[in-house]
Amino acid sequence: MEFDFQLMVDSIPALLKGMGMTAQLVALALALGLCLAVPLALARTSKNPILWMPVYGFIFVFRGTPILVQIFLVYYGLGQSETVRESFLWPFFKEAYWCAIFTFTLNTSAYTAEILRGAIKAVPHGELEAARALGLSRLLVLRRITVPRAFRLALPAYGNEIILMLKASALASTITLLDLTGVARVIVARTFAPYELFVIAALMYLALTLIIVRTLKYTEWRLSPHLRPPPQVN
Amino acid sequence: MIELHGYGPLLADGAWLTLRVAFASVALGLVFGLLGATAKLSRSVFLRGAATAYTAIVRGLPELLLLLIIFYGGSLLVQSVWQELGGESYIEINPFVAGTFTLAFVFGAYATEVFRGAILAVPKGQVEAAYAVGMTRLQMFRRVMLPQVWRFALPGLGNLWLVLLKDTSLISVINLNELMYAARAGAGKTHEPFTFFATAALIYLAFTIVSMVVLQYSERRAQRGVRMG
Repeated sequence: MEFDFQLMVDSIPALLKGMGMTAQLVALALALGLCLAVPLALARTSKNPILWMPVYGFIFVFRGTPILVQIFLVYYGLGQSETVRESFLWPFFKEAYWCAIFTFTLNTSAYTAEILRGAIKAVPHGELEAARALGLSRLLVLRRITVPRAFRLALPAYGNEIILMLKASALASTITLLDLTGVARVIVARTFAPYELFVIAALMYLALTLIIVRTLKYTEWRLSPHLRPPPQVN
Repeated sequence: MIELHGYGPLLADGAWLTLRVAFASVALGLVFGLLGATAKLSRSVFLRGAATAYTAIVRGLPELLLLLIIFYGGSLLVQSVWQELGGESYIEINPFVAGTFTLAFVFGAYATEVFRGAILAVPKGQVEAAYAVGMTRLQMFRRVMLPQVWRFALPGLGNLWLVLLKDTSLISVINLNELMYAARAGAGKTHEPFTFFATAALIYLAFTIVSMVVLQYSERRAQRGVRMG
């Protein structure tokens, strides 16, 4: 068995394009998912059952079923309903791209809401009491204390979620999208050279993972100056 | 009630195969995890490096890509060996084997970290005490290490099991007729994809719920005799 290096070099531009698509999917889904996760987490930690119970159900369903089922349910399943096909939403759900974004966003928001819930509960009670003692309104406590503190506490766990999202984005290839895995699969189907293509795709994923991990490490370091040892002065 | 147009038994067979793949993968994956943890804690630089590379690479790759590499790459490898031996026909490795191996490989990489942490969490003094009262290595392992490593590792392994259960759906991509594949077949034949994928989702959800109940029970059982502060 021999390696076709020429094929490897020739497919790099196409794979890089796929990598761009992967990055786009992940970035958009994470950004939208985070926006959705904050209100979800706040509702989940609320004491009002009308608020927390539906959110609990949403989180449970999205975390308890495979993301492959979710993406198929959206891409293939929604078209089954006449109402969806005739509604103004159809141009949106007709596109594999938006189906992937929609599914990934909901999926990551469920996981992120659960992470944020843990972080909100971990915000030291004394800080909230101090804020209230200073006469801050409930909304102000939320905006100035709870949310920023929870974000910092959630960062390590959220970092894992980012990597899981990157890995889950490969499923976009199952609904015809040409992300990194999708491009590799198309070229493999044409040339039947699985080693060459999948190995480069794997290296590109590892590169993306490495970039994410490094960025997170740096962000955590930047956000914790109070925990670093003071600079040495001779 | 959900109308499945006679494809119910197909889904049931698929669900049963999903469970079999999951159990086979977790059994093999635990072996990978224990080997990985032992290698990571060993004194040999080579073993430590190999285990670190294993966990770093597997945890950084999408499961789907790994599955495709093992399935197509493995088939090509087997075929080229077969041709060297003079065979001619086209060979594809069994999707059950490729799927089980992939999921076990992924499970093992994460389980390596879980076991490593659990082994390190057993107080060293207890191991020394076991030897001091004259236990053999095997006795020490069985009576002191194992029950505690099990207790420390159980929550982590439980989470990995839930992830693995859901990842079995990926094997439908290489045409193993498990639950997801059966749902696709039913959806294709009846043109009612929503019905079939929603049913599959409910079955996966049921598996998750049952697993969570069993895990909670096992965790409580593993903690019997532990004083909680």
